[in-house]
Formats: sequence, C-alpha cells, structure tokens
Amino acid sequence: MSVADTSLIAPASGVAAGASPHYREWLKRERRGRLAIRGTQLAILLVSLVLWEVLPRAQIVNPLLTSYPSALWPTFVSLLKDTPQQASILTHTGATVLATVIGFTGAMVLGTIIAAALWWWGRLYQVLDPYLVVANAMPKTAFVPIFYIWLGATLSIYGMSLAISLFITILMIYSGFQGVDPNKLKLAQTFGASKGQILTKVVLPGSVPTLIATLKVNAGLSLVGVVVGEFQSASVGLGYLIQYGSQIFKMNIVMTAITILALVSSAMYLAISRLEVAVMRRR
Amino acid sequence: MQSSGRFVSPKVELRGVDLRYFGLDGETEALKGISFSIAPGEFVAIIGQSGCGKSTLLSLISGIIKPTEGAVLVDGKPVTGPNRKVGYMLQQDYLFEWRTILENAVLGAEIQGANMGKARTRATQLLTRYGLGQFLHHLPRQLSGGMRQRVALARTLCTDPDVVLLDEPFSALDSQTRLALADEVTEILRREGKTAILVTHDIGEAVSMSERVIVLSRRPGKVKSEHTIRFASAQGERPAPFAARNAPEFNGYFNTLWQELEVHVGG
Repeated sequence: MSVADTSLIAPASGVAAGASPHYREWLKRERRGRLAIRGTQLAILLVSLVLWEVLPRAQIVNPLLTSYPSALWPTFVSLLKDTPQQASILTHTGATVLATVIGFTGAMVLGTIIAAALWWWGRLYQVLDPYLVVANAMPKTAFVPIFYIWLGATLSIYGMSLAISLFITILMIYSGFQGVDPNKLKLAQTFGASKGQILTKVVLPGSVPTLIATLKVNAGLSLVGVVVGEFQSASVGLGYLIQYGSQIFKMNIVMTAITILALVSSAMYLAISRLEVAVMRRR
Repeated sequence: MQSSGRFVSPKVELRGVDLRYFGLDGETEALKGISFSIAPGEFVAIIGQSGCGKSTLLSLISGIIKPTEGAVLVDGKPVTGPNRKVGYMLQQDYLFEWRTILENAVLGAEIQGANMGKARTRATQLLTRYGLGQFLHHLPRQLSGGMRQRVALARTLCTDPDVVLLDEPFSALDSQTRLALADEVTEILRREGKTAILVTHDIGEAVSMSERVIVLSRRPGKVKSEHTIRFASAQGERPAPFAARNAPEFNGYFNTLWQELEVHVGG
C-alpha cells in the first residue's frame, strides 16, 4: 500500500507540456489579473506624485507648506554635502538606520529572553501579566523627554527605539510560545524531554513564524521610536533633519527626509520578507 | 477472561490505580480502581466511550502523569517518569513541520541523548522498510496522512521501546488507509516482539488487532470486563487485522463488545 500513497505528494508546480486550452486560458487570466493589480498600484503612486507637483504649482495649495516632488532630488543633492554647520544627509540616514537596527535587534533578543523566562516560570507570567499589558498600552513616546534626561542625547534614542518595541515583542513571542501545539510538547515529554529540551527543540523552533511576524512589527515601531527620539535630542538623524527643516520653514528638507524614511522602511520590510521566505522554505 | 500472561511476570501492571483531576470547581474522578496486567509480547486493546479515561491510562503507563492512588509498574518497577522502555504513539503524527522526515524520526533518540549515528541508521532502516526510503529528506507537509503516521511509528520504534502505547493512532486517517495501516502496524509490532497497548473506541479495530480487549466503563473509568480474542478458525495463527475481520469469530466478539459498551450508552 505504501506505493499508492506516493501519488498524494504535492505535485511540482510548472505548466505541463500538454496543458489543456482551458488551463492556458485560466493561466492567461491569472497573469492579466496580477498585471492589473501591479498597474493600479503604480498608477496610484504616479497620480499622487502628479497631484503633489501640480496642486502647489497651480497655487491651489500653498507650496510653502508642501514643497514639490521635483524639488526633492535637488534638495537631496544639496544636502549630500558635508558642511561644518550641517552633516551630510547620508550621515543622518545612517544614524537613523543604525539606531533603528539596534532598537529592534535589542527588542527581539531581550524580548525573546524575557518571553522564554515567562514561559519557564508560569507563575512569573501570572504575576507580571497586568504590568506587561499596561506597559505595552502606555504611549512610550511620552517618555522621550525623561529618557533624554536619564540617558543623554544618543542613548536616549536607542532607548526609545528599544522601549517602543520591547513590550509588544514580549507579548507577541510569549503568545507564540503558548500557541505551540501542546500535543507536540506531550510528544517530547513521552521521550522524557527536559524543560530546556522542550524549549529549544519544540517551543523555539515552533515559534519561528511568530518571531518573524514580531520582527516585521518591530522594524516599523523602532523607526517611530528613533524619529521621535531624534525630534527631542539629536544633532544628527532624519528625525533631527525634519525638526530642523520645519523650524527654518524649509519644507524641501522636511519632505526629502520623509521620503528617505519611506524608502528606509520599505527596504527594511523587503529585507525581512526575504528572510521570511528563506526561513519558511523549510516549512 | 484469563490473561495469557498469567504464568509469566507481567510486562506492564496496574495496581488499584485511581486518578483524580483537581479544579477550582471541584475534583473529577477520571479513573477508579484500575488493575490489570499485560504479559510480554501481548497485544491488548482498551476500549470505552470517549471521556472514559482511556488515553489518560496510557499517559499513566508512559509516566508523563502520576496516579493519585495505586501503582503503575513496568517490568515490576514502579513508573516514576517517562521511561525508555515505553514508546507512545499519539492520536496524530504531530511531526515537527520544520524537521525533515529523518530528523523527525530520530527526535526521541536526540532527546534521550542516544548515539545519533546509530539512531539515524536505525531510523533510515525503519523508514525504508515502511516504504518511505525516498522521502527521508522531505518535509512532513509533502507526505500524505498515512505516510506521516508511518513516520510517527518509526519515531516511536527508533528508540527501541519494549512496550508501545497506541492512542487511537489511526483516528485521523481515512478509512482505507486506516485498515491498511492497522495491518502494517500490527505486523511490525508482532514481528519485533513488542508489547502493545491500543486505546480505541473502534470495536472492530480492537477485535481485529488485539489478543485481549479490556472494556472500561464510563467516567470514572473502571475495568468493566476483559475478553480474550481467539481465532480458532485460523489454526492457532493470529490472522492479520484485515483477515481477522472476515473470520467467523469476528462478529461474535464484535457483538459482545458492542453490548458491553451499549449498556453504558443507556446509562
């Protein structure tokens, strides 16, 4: 009977040579559908950019408030210069990205360790549960001025980047740990697994999808933490540049910095998606 | 009613086992005064209504839970925790989706800190014997339900336990696979001389696979009766489960056990 079962193996994808006309038709429709979605996405972007360019030029909105897309590139080029008064925009971007990466990496590592401790000592979780929920619900950005006083200019930004994503990380990863099928734990127990073995062989590998989902959330959150931190305290960073630009009423600088932020968050999202594909291929 | 293990020291023995669960709204009696013994190499089925504590009984024998009263013995020694002599096959395969078939099959050996080279060789042999030789490095999701359950069997047998506990191991499978796998598993366990305890609510499965059937009453589970299953028509040979279903004795046993269970449906 064992041979018969092999037919149940998932078939390899790819179009067979003798695909029926109906199948070809279906494939064509699928491809057209995908193209239509991509096309619409691109159209939305283009229309937005055109409106952003045209409305201020037609004086329908005040150009002083919005700047133009066509002003972004020249502004970017002029900001590339490293002057004694003003660091290059690349330095600003680098500082923001570094603080963000430090923040979410720290949150992931620390959050996973804390979640593991909570999993290990169930009583600890029961005791801390209300505090974690409240800590997570707190608007962390309210602590920006306090962090500045406590930690100083640079560390307060790292601190905010970490604080903003730490509690949600703990809660998400802990619930991921709880979500691992208890029968898998039972299975490990029948072989006499120790608690440490259950953690490393069942709970942690079983929570990889949760870890990746948490990473996605964190990358965005940490960026928020960094930018808000930079508003307060930095002399470098995109948050600082936005603050500076708005103070001297140069929307070109503000919009350029915001556009770079959009690119940075897209790049982080793409990188994490790549990681996800690489990890999930084994599932 | 007599056990074939009467004159041999039992492989597995339960003496007056009670199990109670505690909750804030009171305690629940799951099992009460359970005593029986199972001889080495014997294949025993335990049947009962759902919720009668059949699966709990297996958890007790495997040592992952402890009885409230009484003792569980394997080879005459009290069970104090999970025991290498006892292998447990759960209701579903619970293969780890992040491990390959071979990695899944050696899980027990890995947890028990056994020699991994030997474990891999043995797992490969077992999987090959079960027709899975070409899927060693596949992932569980690429396999059908029947194949996955055979991997679970290999995982159980890879650590070479003397006693194999089977907790409705075919319940998640379609009926054809179920019948075919029952034959396969029974044959494998007999050939390897394992002592087997099968828990099921399927009377046909119990009669066709086992040498003795223990009937549990509804909660709290007690031993209601025991039935030795013999197929005289097969000239002393124990027929394979599928053949046993066609033996003339099958219906008699089936009806007797059906009535035993039926009594409790009516309360």
